Amino acid sequence: MPMPPEAMRRAADPRVVAGAVLLGVAVLVAALAPVVAPVHPAAQHDVVATRFLRPFATDVHGVFHLLGTDRLGRDVWSRLAYGARVSLGVGALAVLLSVLIGVGVGTVAGLARRPIATLLLGITDFALALPRVVLLLLLAALWSPSMALVILVLGATGWMTIARLVHAEVRALLARPFVEAALALGATPRRLLLRHLVPNVVTPVIVAAALGVGNAILLEAGLSFLGMGVQPPAPSWGNMIASGRDALVNAPWVAAAPGVALVLVVIACTLLGDALQERLGAAR
Amino acid sequence: MLRPLAARALAGLAVVWGVVTLVFILLRAAPGDPAVLLLGPAATAEQIVEQRRALGLDRPPAVQYAAWLGRFARGDWGASIATGRPVRAMLGDAWPATARLVALSLALSYALGLALGVLQAARRGSRTDTAVSILSVTLFALPAYWLGLMLVLLFTYELRLLPAFGAAGLDAEFLPPPGRLADALRHLVLPAATLTLIGLGGIARFVRGAMTDVAGSLFLTVARAKGLATRTVLLRHALRNALVPVLTLLGLSLPALFSGAVFVEAIFAWPGVGRVLVEAVLARDYPVVLAATAVSAVLVVAGGLVADALVAWADPRVRDAHAP
Repeated sequence: MPMPPEAMRRAADPRVVAGAVLLGVAVLVAALAPVVAPVHPAAQHDVVATRFLRPFATDVHGVFHLLGTDRLGRDVWSRLAYGARVSLGVGALAVLLSVLIGVGVGTVAGLARRPIATLLLGITDFALALPRVVLLLLLAALWSPSMALVILVLGATGWMTIARLVHAEVRALLARPFVEAALALGATPRRLLLRHLVPNVVTPVIVAAALGVGNAILLEAGLSFLGMGVQPPAPSWGNMIASGRDALVNAPWVAAAPGVALVLVVIACTLLGDALQERLGAAR
Repeated sequence: MLRPLAARALAGLAVVWGVVTLVFILLRAAPGDPAVLLLGPAATAEQIVEQRRALGLDRPPAVQYAAWLGRFARGDWGASIATGRPVRAMLGDAWPATARLVALSLALSYALGLALGVLQAARRGSRTDTAVSILSVTLFALPAYWLGLMLVLLFTYELRLLPAFGAAGLDAEFLPPPGRLADALRHLVLPAATLTLIGLGGIARFVRGAMTDVAGSLFLTVARAKGLATRTVLLRHALRNALVPVLTLLGLSLPALFSGAVFVEAIFAWPGVGRVLVEAVLARDYPVVLAATAVSAVLVVAGGLVADALVAWADPRVRDAHAP
């Protein structure tokens, strides 16, 4: 049964709580990686003696490995913590870029006259029809893989939904009588944009961004998994899964741990996006 | 109904042309010379010049583009730089495997996604609804490559039930036809299950949302007031109307499905277009990359057109809006 709006605002939405806690923990671990990780993510000691230790094992040097060690004796938990920096950082920056492009294109397309608006919308539709992974693979493989390239490519292929959203919002707004009234009262277009457009557009853009972060994190890990993203020995959840692939039978935890982390973070983004979207729908 | 579809088909053709042109430009703008890659590090400068001439890379880019586009449109896709095989034969061998995998996963994920979404809409707010919501959010968050690995771990290594690599066993050639079919089906299970499961969550979420959107409609109140059974109201009235956005999603989700297939093919060594593409990108095999990208764009655009036609079929308002 749907709750009345007041009750909904007071009672904490379990999705928001779960999403915020999951994402909060991930962000904290990423920020505090040097503190929470017992050893350096690339640290190797005696490879033969320390490789493929089970989770909760203590090695010959007395170091405790919460999630075990990988093929080279590196601590999986430490790599996971440092990998969180890469995954979350790349996801957030890529979506920030998408939001900037999307809001820019959407606003201009909404305000501009026909030829420019048609051109921008045409480009948006064209970009939507592109198979994103094909383009990502192509760009990541043609230029030497780096974190900056991954951010750039993910950002440049993820802005279309936001552009369409903002465009629709601008068009809807321009048709409303209060806009005409504001213009008649001498409001400048700038004031109109800041006072009337931005508040209307912010929430749907945040929803799209929340879902986009999850998607970008998955894609970054996918590229790294195929060897076209973040390059070893720098830890990323994607290249950790890839390195665990060879040891799937002997040491399943190497591939399982970063995958579980990835899934939890994406679930958190989705839950937050869903809850926000619903609140937005209820507010209208 | 036909005229807007024809217009969409033209727009689709423009998209394919745009994709091909974009890829051509990107390939030329990228560092790395296919002639050098082909000849290896020991090649002399003369050999490289000779190889570049043989591949037509010494001509101006505009000429290369025009020549290539002309040949491509006529169906002459050239030969792979890496293997020397005709590109058309490579993709001709590969695309049925991708189409089989994607079509099966598409059918399964939509059938299951619709069932779950309708179940949730029928029991809105119940424990079943919450449980299925949690399931679908989790499936939605699963990366194809990781889910594939975990399924391999469970079904291949732990339970020893299913094969994990390729589309057929090494001995498939020597099996009698029924055995060969069973072998092919066994190889299809894990890749298809992976692709189905990752698509399922998003579809169930979307169906539930679409059913919720029509839930308050007057025509449902009328249908119930007429005394129709809940089941009839749900399936004939609510679902039929919720189907329109779902079918639109079908068209929009094809690029994502194809993208998922690229990862699934990489995990399971599935001999499809995705694997050809990944290998060609790594080897900087221009003709293969261009053709594989074009084929994927054609598949995506064609799927979008089919989805448009289905929307027109499901929604008389769309169908009649364009009637003369």
